[in-house]
Amino acid sequence: MGLLSRKATCNSHGQDSSYFLGWQEYEKNPYDEVKNPRGIIQMGLAENQLSFDLLESWLAKNPDAAGFKRDGQSIFKELALFQDYHGLPAFKKALVDFMAEIRGNKVTFDPNRIVLTAGATSANETLMFCLAEQGDAFLLPTPYYPGFDRDLKWRTGVEIVPIECSSSNRFQITASALEEAYEQAQRKNLRVKGVLVTNPSNPLGTTMTRDELDLLVNFITDKEIHLISDEIYSGTVFSSPVFVSIVEVLKDRNLENTQVWERVHIVYSLSKDLGLPGFRVGAIYSNDPIVVAAATKMSSFGLVSSQTQYLLSAMLSDKKFTKEYIAKNHKRLRKRQSKLVAGLEKAGIGCLESNAGLFCWVDMRHLLSSDTFEAEMELWKRIVYDVKLNISPGSSCHCSEPGWFRVCFANMSEDTLTLAMQRLKSFVGSTASNDRSHQEMKNSRRKFRTKWVFRLSFQSFHDREQDER
Amino acid sequence: MAIEIEKPSVGLSKVAVSETHGEDSPYFAGWKAYDENPYNESSNPSGVIQMGLAENQVSFDLLEKYLEEHSEASSWGEGAPGFRENALFQDYHGLKSFRQAMANFMEQIRGGRAKFDPDRIVLTAGATAANELLTFILADPGDALLVPTPYYPGFDRDLRWRTGVKIVPIHCDSSNNFQVTPEAMEAAYRCAESMNLKVRGILITNPSNPLGATIQRSVLEQILDFATNKNIHLVSDEIYSGSTFSSSEFISIAEVLETRGYKDSERVHIVYSLSKDLGLPGFRVGTIYSYNDKVVTTARRMSSFTLISSQTQHLLACMLSNKEFSENYIKTNRERLTWRYDMIINGLKNAGIECLKGNAGLFCWMNLSPLLEEPTRESELALWKVILNEVRLNISPGSSCHCSEPGWFRVCFANMSEQTLEVALGRIHKFMEQRRRN
Repeated sequence: MGLLSRKATCNSHGQDSSYFLGWQEYEKNPYDEVKNPRGIIQMGLAENQLSFDLLESWLAKNPDAAGFKRDGQSIFKELALFQDYHGLPAFKKALVDFMAEIRGNKVTFDPNRIVLTAGATSANETLMFCLAEQGDAFLLPTPYYPGFDRDLKWRTGVEIVPIECSSSNRFQITASALEEAYEQAQRKNLRVKGVLVTNPSNPLGTTMTRDELDLLVNFITDKEIHLISDEIYSGTVFSSPVFVSIVEVLKDRNLENTQVWERVHIVYSLSKDLGLPGFRVGAIYSNDPIVVAAATKMSSFGLVSSQTQYLLSAMLSDKKFTKEYIAKNHKRLRKRQSKLVAGLEKAGIGCLESNAGLFCWVDMRHLLSSDTFEAEMELWKRIVYDVKLNISPGSSCHCSEPGWFRVCFANMSEDTLTLAMQRLKSFVGSTASNDRSHQEMKNSRRKFRTKWVFRLSFQSFHDREQDER
Repeated sequence: MAIEIEKPSVGLSKVAVSETHGEDSPYFAGWKAYDENPYNESSNPSGVIQMGLAENQVSFDLLEKYLEEHSEASSWGEGAPGFRENALFQDYHGLKSFRQAMANFMEQIRGGRAKFDPDRIVLTAGATAANELLTFILADPGDALLVPTPYYPGFDRDLRWRTGVKIVPIHCDSSNNFQVTPEAMEAAYRCAESMNLKVRGILITNPSNPLGATIQRSVLEQILDFATNKNIHLVSDEIYSGSTFSSSEFISIAEVLETRGYKDSERVHIVYSLSKDLGLPGFRVGTIYSYNDKVVTTARRMSSFTLISSQTQHLLACMLSNKEFSENYIKTNRERLTWRYDMIINGLKNAGIECLKGNAGLFCWMNLSPLLEEPTRESELALWKVILNEVRLNISPGSSCHCSEPGWFRVCFANMSEQTLEVALGRIHKFMEQRRRN
């Protein structure tokens, strides 16, 4: 039988296999309050489970939306036949209004410039196809969402060159880091087509400062390249500083309708803000009509189900609902994040001060046996196997400094979070107080290494990859 | 909307500015003419009647009845208990209950003559995505797929645009009812070779779009043998399999494999969708069924870019697991499509127009070559424009389907009411009469 393509056989959907080992362990032994209280608690999944009740109560009050009805009349046939890649106009309008509302209505969006895609995963890949050739490069600040390695590179053949950020300045982007990344790309003979940032950041949980955004605008103007701002967490900004979108900066600098304005593209999704990853609702927003036109046609390969577009157009058009949802969601996220931060503090663990997202960027450098990624991996394995928490190691996010971990807080109940913190506290306590444990740690490291090598030879864990941010 | 640019826009990819999306072809131009002047029985009775859209609108009442009687399928039940779980479900394996329901449905369509394993089903947002995805997996940029003509115009975009893969046509003609022959396949293969293209597979549509006919078992065997001899893949796009007028006439490649004991089946992949059989193109439900484990695994991972909304998976899992519903639907849908087909064939015959003998699909393949001034593509397009602008019917010219014989047109019959179809047939009748008189 004929061979498969290089894309199929290279296995470079880019996913770090160790990252999914934690997932696999969780699947084998998942925590359940009643049935499995000693199981592994999933803290590696950036889901928003805090506000489902608000959605459920809206659905109960508005049965027409899911029931294919408009004003009591069935529109099933109309929806079933609707496959126009321009998208349901009512949904696009509701979506851009929602995006504006999230940005405090400081900016407005034109529904004719939005392209709907099956999730942000699809949006990001589509933008690569539109903006870059095979072998071109995009610059991304580290640490970044591990899924980008697959989404941006796999089928497109585009390369990622990292913009290294460090804890010395809270992982903010600097002018020198941008230049250095650009030069690195040149040294590798890669043509840089743009910069892609995630704002608010995954995994940092922070919003970009106005200075950083200004820096980016200057940089892309100077280099005449694109900027993609992945703002899928924009609705999760729960405390100050207030979220500043790239479009606001462009507006404030009077750059609307200039060339650079046409090179800035936004990616959005309802997977994080509304907690609906299953519904596959993503969007590209661009001021370049050719990008909008090309992306619209490409969206044929990943349209949003008309059933889902209709449901969400009804929901997001309900301004009373969106106002309440945004406010309550923020409040709950803030409360949860504080709980995580406080719990970590009690365990003597700090984290990057954050104001957004569904996770914290946790500093466990002081728990490393050495300032190396090997030590980070050892620590991570202990946390997965001994502490029984699945968290994400910084190396999987391409962080240049070992010892940082992303820990999610919005995908579990409050009690589960409390338990997780207690486990962590015990772990840290026992590690610090006992000298003998140092030798034990050495032994167990050897054991883990063997276990680790053994597990690497399994083919099966490749099958457990999930879409998770 | 043609994108007229003299040089590529600063900073965009070649793919973004290329015309391989194919939307400047007549196939889409007719669509535009319809959009600007659409027929409406009461408000615009002289408007353009859309006969270029392969939609199935004959069985919606069955779907609506099901939904009325099973509200839990669309509302997650009382108090929405399954809502959270459903909203969070983004596993690229797809809802198990839905895959199971799809496998059963595909078996029912084939009269139980082939079995489908739900774990070999990969879900994608429509067959459009499935075909592109398979192409990414089976071929490298610059490679070629062989596709029998005439074929669905969308393949030019779906198989080639972002993948960089080429299509080399397997020419078929009316001398044998446009069936694929070993000679034609061999000629296409040699043609690819002469262009230094590496052939990675052959893609057939069965039942065929635009022919509206199923492929005979003997021809399927020949195609499979050809693929085996050349050691290439075989993709069988069976999205019209539930739209055959008689259940027994459709032979799926799955049945041929079954007869051969699944020997050497890793080269075979089936594409399916609910857009045609169930009339749900808006819901974006496509599948890839592969007998190749590596293809299944890779396709599953790639499906991340094109997952089906879990809300929709839930709805359809409920609907298709209901045996009473699915059996009745398949049977009734067939009967209604047959009725429509007979109506249009007789209507055209009365107007003096012959069609290819069809037994499936949502369209017929009409022969207007006697009307051509010259047996050329230009003549065909001229005739098409007359039909669009004077008769005010949007039908698809064979040239947009890469047909090598001018004069054939695809005419859809299931995307309108019976009354509208009568009106369309009346107009054709009048047009043919006028031509005879002139």
